[in-house]
Amino acid sequence: MGLPETSKTLGRATHEAFASAADLPAKPLAKEAVVIRVLFLVLTVTTIYALMTLDYESVDMGEALAGTLANLKTIFLHPGGTHLTFGKALYEVVITLGLAFLTTLLGGVMALFLGLLSAQNLAPKALTNVIKAFVAFIRAVPTILWVLIFAVAAGLGSAAAVIGMTFHTISYLTKAYAESFEELDRSVIEALRASGASWWQIVFQAVIPSSFTYLLSWTFLRFEINFANAVAMGAAAGAAGIGFDLYMASSFYFDLHGVGLITYIILAFAMSLETMATTMKGRIKDKH
Amino acid sequence: MGWNGVMSTDIFAKRRTDGLLFFAALAALTIGSIIITEYDVVKGFTSIFKAFAWGASNFYPDAQSLANLPDIARELWQTVLMSVAATTVAAVFAVLLALAGSRTTRVSGFFSIVARGLASIFRNVPLVAWAMILMLAFGQSLITGYLALFFGSLGFLTRAFIETMDEASLHAVEALQATGAGYAPIVLQAVLPSSLPQMISWVLFMIDTNIRDATLVGLLTGTGIGFTFDLYYKTFHFHQASLVVILIVVTIIGVEMMSNYIRRIII
Repeated sequence: MGLPETSKTLGRATHEAFASAADLPAKPLAKEAVVIRVLFLVLTVTTIYALMTLDYESVDMGEALAGTLANLKTIFLHPGGTHLTFGKALYEVVITLGLAFLTTLLGGVMALFLGLLSAQNLAPKALTNVIKAFVAFIRAVPTILWVLIFAVAAGLGSAAAVIGMTFHTISYLTKAYAESFEELDRSVIEALRASGASWWQIVFQAVIPSSFTYLLSWTFLRFEINFANAVAMGAAAGAAGIGFDLYMASSFYFDLHGVGLITYIILAFAMSLETMATTMKGRIKDKH
Repeated sequence: MGWNGVMSTDIFAKRRTDGLLFFAALAALTIGSIIITEYDVVKGFTSIFKAFAWGASNFYPDAQSLANLPDIARELWQTVLMSVAATTVAAVFAVLLALAGSRTTRVSGFFSIVARGLASIFRNVPLVAWAMILMLAFGQSLITGYLALFFGSLGFLTRAFIETMDEASLHAVEALQATGAGYAPIVLQAVLPSSLPQMISWVLFMIDTNIRDATLVGLLTGTGIGFTFDLYYKTFHFHQASLVVILIVVTIIGVEMMSNYIRRIII
């Protein structure tokens, strides 16, 4: 989410520039329009082709849709189930929150260092490029695959889940932190350097204090994502927490009432985290 | 001079106490989390090095695994197609929901709340839950993954589009309203054109995310590239599994580069 967020603020600035200059030269606009049209065409063709070649034969669409609607009715109108009490389910959510917290913390600490080393106003260009390429690679491997790769060494469970999810967190937060650090005016750093401050002094007395609100907000945004990830890893990689119960309820016990209870609880937590994250995001925007 | 000194020590003392409180809270939460999740700190850290050592000696494609390349590529291609289709179809519906939900374009406050509420549910029911629920009726089919990604994307894109429309178009809408323009011209001439670049940016982001998430959904529902990886992984065909990872990485980086290129031009 870091990427579109920044491109958004950038985009708005350019937008306003465009709007104010009515007699804009035709060339950039034309290129823009061409790219948008080609993209629309490609997406439309791809989508139609994909929908036509999807394997419908193994599924009776009408029956499956009706079945899903009936299932959704059971899930959302009659939550309950016999395998999991409400109290136990809450405890399991707390475990999931714990996994998300550990992941965010470990990732945040690592990202703090990588972020400092990949901020253009603090580190040499060659180093920032190396770190940016490194985190781009980490991000390109889906979280579940990281977790499964670490599970070979650590076994399926919370250790593999935390380490695997931490990798993604590092990559996300490094980018976000570096951008926050780059907000600090170059002249401030130069002034400090001229007065004889060391790199560490600059970092701890100027860079981190002045971007602390950003760092906290980005970290919380990631915590929200990690909560969803922790649910997913519980279901797909045997990590502890509510995700595992969800997997058991639907694939092992076929207990739709239980799925309902779990879904409602996850929904409640995810929604409150989202509300908090939105508030935090507002803070990032206000400072811009 | 003395007065100044007192002031600054106070500030530093306060800063120090705040800092100490912050770190104490972090430490307490960390210890609590470690206990409740039964996370083995030592095992966690050693497993990083073990995993890399193991990876270096086992997790790379060998000559034999290259024979599986066409199969893997085909599965990946289908997964990518499915992710793109789920995103674009979701985007179409999301535009409609966002028009109903956005402050600048909504027809009534009631529909706005309904649209926002629907989007919130679609987005906050975890992807795994969608996958598992749909799996019960749709079974082991790419359609299951397609629908799961569709619901998640619909929720996310609706919210993103609502935010975009809320922000991007106020001036133009006010100007058009002042000239007495109707609803359709305002939406078609002002709201959509001015939010289009940002909306495209979100769609590109969603395609990228969905390709990644398709791996997870595939693992859970036994379809697509996720299932391919799972099969190789569970039967200890790690050379083939590593080939799957490499192809996914190449695909995602390719899509990301293309998205960035498009963003640079249109925004």
